Amino acid sequence: MKKPFAITLDPGSSLANHTGSWRTERPVYVDRLPPCNCACPAGEDIQGWLYHAEGGDYRRAWEALMKNNPFPAIMGRVCYHPCEAACNRGKLDEAVGIHAVERFLGDLAIREGWLPGKIAEPGAKRILVVGSGPSGLSCAYHLCLMGHRVIVMDSAKAAGGMMRYGIPKYRLPRDVLDAEISRIERMGVELRLNSKIDDLMAAMAGFDAAFLAVGAHLARRTDIPAGDASRILDAVSLLHDLEDGSPPMLGRRVVVYGGGNTALDVARTAKRLGALESLIVYRRTKEQMPAHESELNEALEEGILFKWLSTVKAMAGGSVTVEKMTLDETGFPKPTGEFEKIEADSLVLALGQESELDLLRNVPDLEIEKGTVKVNRSMMTSHPGIFAGGDMVPSDRTVTSAVGHGKKAAKNISAWLRNETCIAPEKHEIAGFDKMNTWYYSDAPRTIQPELDIARRGSTFDEVVKGLTGENALFEARRCLSCGNCFECDNCYGVCPDNAVIKLGPGLRFAFDYDYCKGCGLCASECPCGAIKMIPESI
Amino acid sequence: MSLQPIKFYQTGTFTVGNRLLDESQRTVQANMRRTNSLNSGHRACQGCGEALGARYAIDAAMQAAGNRLIAANATGCLEVFSTPYPETSWQIPWMHSLFGNAASVATGIAAALKVKGRQDVRVIAQGGDGGTTDIGFACLSGMFERNDDVLYICYDNEAYMNTGVQRSSATPPAARTATTPAAGAHPGNIFGTGKNVPLIAMAHRIPYVATASVANLHDLEAKVKKAMAIHGARYIHIHVPCPLGWGSHPSDTLKVARFAVESGLFPLFEAEHGEITASQPLRKKAPVEAYLKLQKRFAHLFGEKPDRDTIAMIQAIADRNIEKFGLDSPP
Amino acid sequence: MLQQLEGSRAIAQGIALCKPEVVCAYPITPQTHIVEALAEMVRTGELANCEFINVESEFAALSVAIGASAAGARSYTATASQGLLYMCEAVYNAAGLGLPIVMTIGNRAIGAPINIWNDHSDSMAMRDAGWIQLYAETNQEALDLHIQAFKLAEALSCPVMVCVDGFILTHAYERIEIPDKRDVDAFLPPYDPVQVLDCNDPVSIGAMVGPEAFAEVKYLQHRKQLRALELIPEIASAFSARFKRDSGGLVKPYRLEDAETIVVALGSMNGTIKDVIDEMRNEGHAMGSLAIVSFRPFPLDEVRAALVDAKRIVILEKSLSVGLGGPLSDGVRKSLSGTGIKGHTVIAGLGGRAITRKSLMDLFVKAEKDELELLNFLDLDLDIVNGQLEREKETRRSGPVAENVLKSIGTVASRIA
Repeated sequence: MKKPFAITLDPGSSLANHTGSWRTERPVYVDRLPPCNCACPAGEDIQGWLYHAEGGDYRRAWEALMKNNPFPAIMGRVCYHPCEAACNRGKLDEAVGIHAVERFLGDLAIREGWLPGKIAEPGAKRILVVGSGPSGLSCAYHLCLMGHRVIVMDSAKAAGGMMRYGIPKYRLPRDVLDAEISRIERMGVELRLNSKIDDLMAAMAGFDAAFLAVGAHLARRTDIPAGDASRILDAVSLLHDLEDGSPPMLGRRVVVYGGGNTALDVARTAKRLGALESLIVYRRTKEQMPAHESELNEALEEGILFKWLSTVKAMAGGSVTVEKMTLDETGFPKPTGEFEKIEADSLVLALGQESELDLLRNVPDLEIEKGTVKVNRSMMTSHPGIFAGGDMVPSDRTVTSAVGHGKKAAKNISAWLRNETCIAPEKHEIAGFDKMNTWYYSDAPRTIQPELDIARRGSTFDEVVKGLTGENALFEARRCLSCGNCFECDNCYGVCPDNAVIKLGPGLRFAFDYDYCKGCGLCASECPCGAIKMIPESI
Repeated sequence: MSLQPIKFYQTGTFTVGNRLLDESQRTVQANMRRTNSLNSGHRACQGCGEALGARYAIDAAMQAAGNRLIAANATGCLEVFSTPYPETSWQIPWMHSLFGNAASVATGIAAALKVKGRQDVRVIAQGGDGGTTDIGFACLSGMFERNDDVLYICYDNEAYMNTGVQRSSATPPAARTATTPAAGAHPGNIFGTGKNVPLIAMAHRIPYVATASVANLHDLEAKVKKAMAIHGARYIHIHVPCPLGWGSHPSDTLKVARFAVESGLFPLFEAEHGEITASQPLRKKAPVEAYLKLQKRFAHLFGEKPDRDTIAMIQAIADRNIEKFGLDSPP
Repeated sequence: MLQQLEGSRAIAQGIALCKPEVVCAYPITPQTHIVEALAEMVRTGELANCEFINVESEFAALSVAIGASAAGARSYTATASQGLLYMCEAVYNAAGLGLPIVMTIGNRAIGAPINIWNDHSDSMAMRDAGWIQLYAETNQEALDLHIQAFKLAEALSCPVMVCVDGFILTHAYERIEIPDKRDVDAFLPPYDPVQVLDCNDPVSIGAMVGPEAFAEVKYLQHRKQLRALELIPEIASAFSARFKRDSGGLVKPYRLEDAETIVVALGSMNGTIKDVIDEMRNEGHAMGSLAIVSFRPFPLDEVRAALVDAKRIVILEKSLSVGLGGPLSDGVRKSLSGTGIKGHTVIAGLGGRAITRKSLMDLFVKAEKDELELLNFLDLDLDIVNGQLEREKETRRSGPVAENVLKSIGTVASRIA
């Protein structure tokens, strides 16, 4: 076409006009740290594995999960999920049921017999892990993935540590526990049970490094005057014996002394063992109880009784004497001098645990403080090559933290063996609720419902997902807001008035075309999950 | 099917795309191969709602028309920022004649296509609120009453922005413009003035009339698609915030548009042959203050001594819309 | 085929022979009969493949034509007087965009005072819009000029106005030769646009052009008209060859041999002028006339060549450029610059006032005696004018001028009150 001069123009020719020069601020894609990930003691990339679960790709979700945690089925049951407390969705309606999805993935993996994808060829380095609890096995698992030869020794008859001897079956079925432990064995980790180590230095022969994870299996005791026929037990032994097949005789009325999770475990176990009355005595208030709220609620549902602001003073003649306490102005309990007798056939002390550290007596330079072994940021004790984690080091003593210790130690052991230092990458900025544009997270409006239906069908036809459980897990996963991490919602691509966002394709996210981006910031403010940041333009 | 009680973020939301849905069910804007009918390099201000609305609408129309589309454009921001010699941002056959005649030019194009037996090629006329509700109104009404095969799209940014923010008949009450200054006893635009062109369009009993907002892409695209499936005169009135004229932050363009909808000040509805057939219920009902406060053109209503009476009058307008168009969410 | 026809009907038939694809219509006297006739031809199928669109204003009429033309359709409309002014913006726009629309102007005065009769004020108001303006002397020429106009417009991608004196031509019944359809088809091939809105080859038409290129665009419009100066005679001679009669061209000289006094005029009054010249020639006066067909582009060279041997020129104009004189005179005087030939502007026939042979004869005699001013008004009633001026002097609120003038004439209208 012979076009008239100036008034008739070739299509799309404005590409010659680079409006990017107008910009004073530029958008950049960021991966902010989701609050759930930040809160996870095991260092799970929760948002990351939920992303795959949302799409119904449970295998990839599980594999992503397994990068940080070898026990999804266990963790999905026993973790107190601080992730959910941190979850931004909680400010919108209710937190995502992360643990439920994790458990679903874990169970599915057991059913399907999945093994983690990539295991490095074993190298020449041998590492001794002492203790087959969560941190020991976690460390062994990660070392194994990295290609080290790992031998785990444990004095117990069965592996699992506190997961087996501390957590009752009703919270953690043993087939699940066995399955996840045996998977680690199948990967090539050698488990030596009934192998108590008395002297670590002696046992270290032939090993290049050691990870100590002996846990805290000794019950902390308190001096309670006890009369004849008084039956006083400690929680740890009770649970241990139960696991080894010798349940203790507790009688009809059981008093449990303590306010932690173990106290609840024991009280609930007592009920299951036939106690008619299971009473927890705690010296502070309900609100001050360190036990997890969900466990407390479950205990209340099961009819466990509580006596708050009371200390056990003595036990004699089928009754326990307690003294009433009162809180001073700082919230600290003070004795009142008022006493009360409670009928009891047995008293179980759940006052905390300590570690058995006798095996370390010959380790030179080892620093021990308040019954726990001091470790540096690399989880290494003050003795080079000996690392430690789990309940025997200062921590909150949860399974999840122990698993996190194991992973962290494994990384550092591997680096130490190469004479390197493992530097943890700097943590990303947290994707707080204020970074989100929650308008986009909503009820499925009726008009879109048919589309939703198709998406659901499309995902749940997958053979591995059967029944209601799979469907629920999918729904729950899809409630994830993907805080701080692009989930390819196409908003930035759509809302840019200048077409300055390039869509790179499924799984590849987006890129900015700074030739045309005018820096209006619409993409950043309309990004639902806060994965775009505006930064001042440098000249 | 029963209503899903659980909340989802990815399916059934207002995001542009959704990786979990089949591509055919996502928005046109989510598509990697969308037309970008209005190309990069245009000279619209940062965060321009009109540039965005135009691409949304025209891309959707292009898809509906199998890429056989011709557009006539009224004089105004959209025309000026898209086609300053020697560059044009349009990738479709496009024509600008005058400020007030876009509807007639489109009629002529449609007539030419009809006489040449090319009714597969569809015609769009588009303009701002000035070119539509004021100077182009006679031509628009003529196009409507003849039921010409044209889809007219008005990008309403509520004033003459291209000439420096003067009042149009689409300027809302109390809004400050260069010709309704925030001065005197009743600052800003006068209450009881202005016209509602979607309702006037309905009075022509044309096959299809709809209002839409850049803040609701799914709704906007569905309406364009529906309009494109109909022959005869059609009208879509799209609310497009103007950061410059409204005194809002460029990054707030969609937020402002959302509050216009969610406050009830800009009701989203559809009408066929003169009767309202559907309206979009409010998702998160907001007071008009939430909308007004984001814009400097209403700044005189706030400050140390907020003008409660005037705000109440604006709220009354929103309430009336909510009542009239049935915008309250179903229980 | 010879037919006894009203001018409007004849023009309509000529338009129909040109096979317009889009015709836009808005009624205004005196062009209305043209579009009425076309409406009927479209309805009966006599004019096939044509969209007839009833619009809501002249502004819309030309706007629809603009859209249709840009989409590749041969487009036509007609208007007059206030209607032309109402579409003024679109008139300039069509020319600026280079769209070959053909539009008939049934020439008529412009108010106030409102007046529906003939003069050239309307088309003269659009003389700088960039359209080619052709003025018809007879209805035969009016018909023929439309056929030539489409050919010219499409060759140049430039719109053309064919100006036809309202009532005098549009409503006059004459014997008219209607061209043969096959001849018109051969003379005027289908429209092949220079630019078109096409989905397979998209363009943006109507860009905003700033100081960097605006002058060039305008200059190119001027060049287009200069090219028309060459094309108009070519097309006229091609027309003549095919249709065996002379119509159009740039100018039409009449009895210029040895003429000392030459009368220059546009449109139908050339008929009366020629009659008067014949009569005066018989009485020995050295008189001749020059009809200008193409007012835009203005054929400076042709006019100069025709007039250069005369002693004086009388320019008869049906339009008053208020405050100066006559727009046609500007062009004629420019063509004579440097010759020293005297030019007298005579404003005549405003608002439909009859230009009689007697008045012209008296005027030309006066001209020969060199008694004319630079600017003259034919048959102006100075008593009425002076009466009004007196009244205005006496009292500030002297009443409406038109009413006062009518009162002093004593017409029917004044007796109604």
